[in-house]
Amino acid sequence: MNSVDSKPATSSLIGSEADSQRTLYPYVTGTSVVGIKYKDGILLAADMGGSYGSTLRYKSVERLKPVGKHSLIGGSGEISDFQEIMRYLDDLILSDNMWDDGNSLGPKEVHNYLTRIMYNRRNKFNPLWNSLVLGGVKNGQKYLGTVNMIGVHYEDNHVATGFGNHLARPLLRDEWHENLTFEEGVILLEKCMRVLLYRDRSAVNKLQIAKITEEGVTISPPYALKTFWNFSAFENPTLGAEGSW
Amino acid sequence: MFRNQYDTDVTTWSPAGRLFQVEYAMEAVKQGSAAIGLRSKSHVVLACVNKSSSELSSHQKKIFKVDDHIGVAISGLTADGRVLSRHMRNECINYFYSYESQLPVGRLVVQLADKAQVCTQRSWKRPYGVGLLVGGLDESGAHLYYNCPSGNYFEYQAFAIGSSVTGCKDILRAQDALFALRETLQGEKLTSSTCTIAVVGVGEAFHVLDQETVQALINEFEIAGEEAPADEAAAPDQAGDSESGATAADQLLQWTIPQQPHLSLQEPVNWPRTLLLHACFHGFLGTKKRAALVLHCKAPSINRERQPEE
Repeated sequence: MNSVDSKPATSSLIGSEADSQRTLYPYVTGTSVVGIKYKDGILLAADMGGSYGSTLRYKSVERLKPVGKHSLIGGSGEISDFQEIMRYLDDLILSDNMWDDGNSLGPKEVHNYLTRIMYNRRNKFNPLWNSLVLGGVKNGQKYLGTVNMIGVHYEDNHVATGFGNHLARPLLRDEWHENLTFEEGVILLEKCMRVLLYRDRSAVNKLQIAKITEEGVTISPPYALKTFWNFSAFENPTLGAEGSW
Repeated sequence: MFRNQYDTDVTTWSPAGRLFQVEYAMEAVKQGSAAIGLRSKSHVVLACVNKSSSELSSHQKKIFKVDDHIGVAISGLTADGRVLSRHMRNECINYFYSYESQLPVGRLVVQLADKAQVCTQRSWKRPYGVGLLVGGLDESGAHLYYNCPSGNYFEYQAFAIGSSVTGCKDILRAQDALFALRETLQGEKLTSSTCTIAVVGVGEAFHVLDQETVQALINEFEIAGEEAPADEAAAPDQAGDSESGATAADQLLQWTIPQQPHLSLQEPVNWPRTLLLHACFHGFLGTKKRAALVLHCKAPSINRERQPEE
């Protein structure tokens, strides 16, 4: 019984065999999701890219999904974890429907439920590697919130994940206002998505915009944004360059 | 009900298809002191008679706040009622933790009913000996439910459980009878010390009214009822409503004149809070008096079982 030789006490969660049970890093990821409140409800935008590291591997990934009657979810980060979250939400909505009473879970409830899941996983050192945007309308009340892999969650009039926080939110802070019409909302979102397309290396030029109102959910078919490269510096690239190297 | 060879445990059916232990449990509810519940579109009122074992002891608590939006009044084995209230509080808190919104009343009563059902199908258990009047508010409005030891639940516009409620139920049922009833009631001794009242409503969390408030209500009710107030003094009208006794009397008159032929579950009455409370008192007084009226509520389609025997 030599205490010097005995193995130091380790938690089984931090041992190497337990690593196969934990998310260490993401593999196939989606990039930014941007969401805004507008007059009739919520608008969400996300591109359809699934990157495998720096490779833009999958180009038809649907990252915007309806949840029940009253909510829309957009997910960035690890795609397989997003699919897992969709399974949890499908089960949740199913149980909610099985009560068959007049009640239904609204976006606020779904957002809180997701927050509990994300935070709980984070506490177990096995996060769902996602940043989610959750928006919806119930009984005339609009709701837009976000929650990420560490459980940080909040609601606002406009939210974004990932690069969207740095590139889209400043635009939204300047140009968002109450009672945007649908057309104004789409123009604003497209402006944000275009900047992301220019500047985010994981962005692909194929996106969807989703709308949710009291009436229901509509997710647009995929389409591409027009981009503008006619900068004078691009037309005359060697102007001002000396010699050649 | 008489003893028979099929009533020893809850897992024995009688040849007539009855579970006697469950029925005996429902008897226990009938032996408890009265509890009444009424609801309108925006409020639910629960009231119960205070029973204490002696003049020197405190009375048993029979009304419990389950959450800000739900309260329960019990009749029967109060210990069982206490335990079930604790369970209900837990359910509400857990729901709020996961969803940050209030548990809909309808779901709480189903969970409660399922819990009660378990006790009717295990040989090592006994049914809960308590009837619960669950009153609460949620997105779809104000609700009053009755949960019984059998595991059934029903939604009501107004209901009464416990001893000597036949008269009371009658009163609550026929709205035009309210008027007639007032005439038949003699100054029964109804004071704030013999009853407990609790209210939940839109913009008003569930709370038990304090003694003064109740006494005030009683007094106003008696003035409105034009009865010789031979009882204790009264206080002015309670929180929120600032009407004089005369106006309240007019209002009560106005409402007791038949406005609707019956209290219908499908169209809850749009009674102001005060009147709901007054109607409660009518009901109370009815527990001590036998009235000739019969109260019945139309059963909603959500009931899966036959009506309880009344």
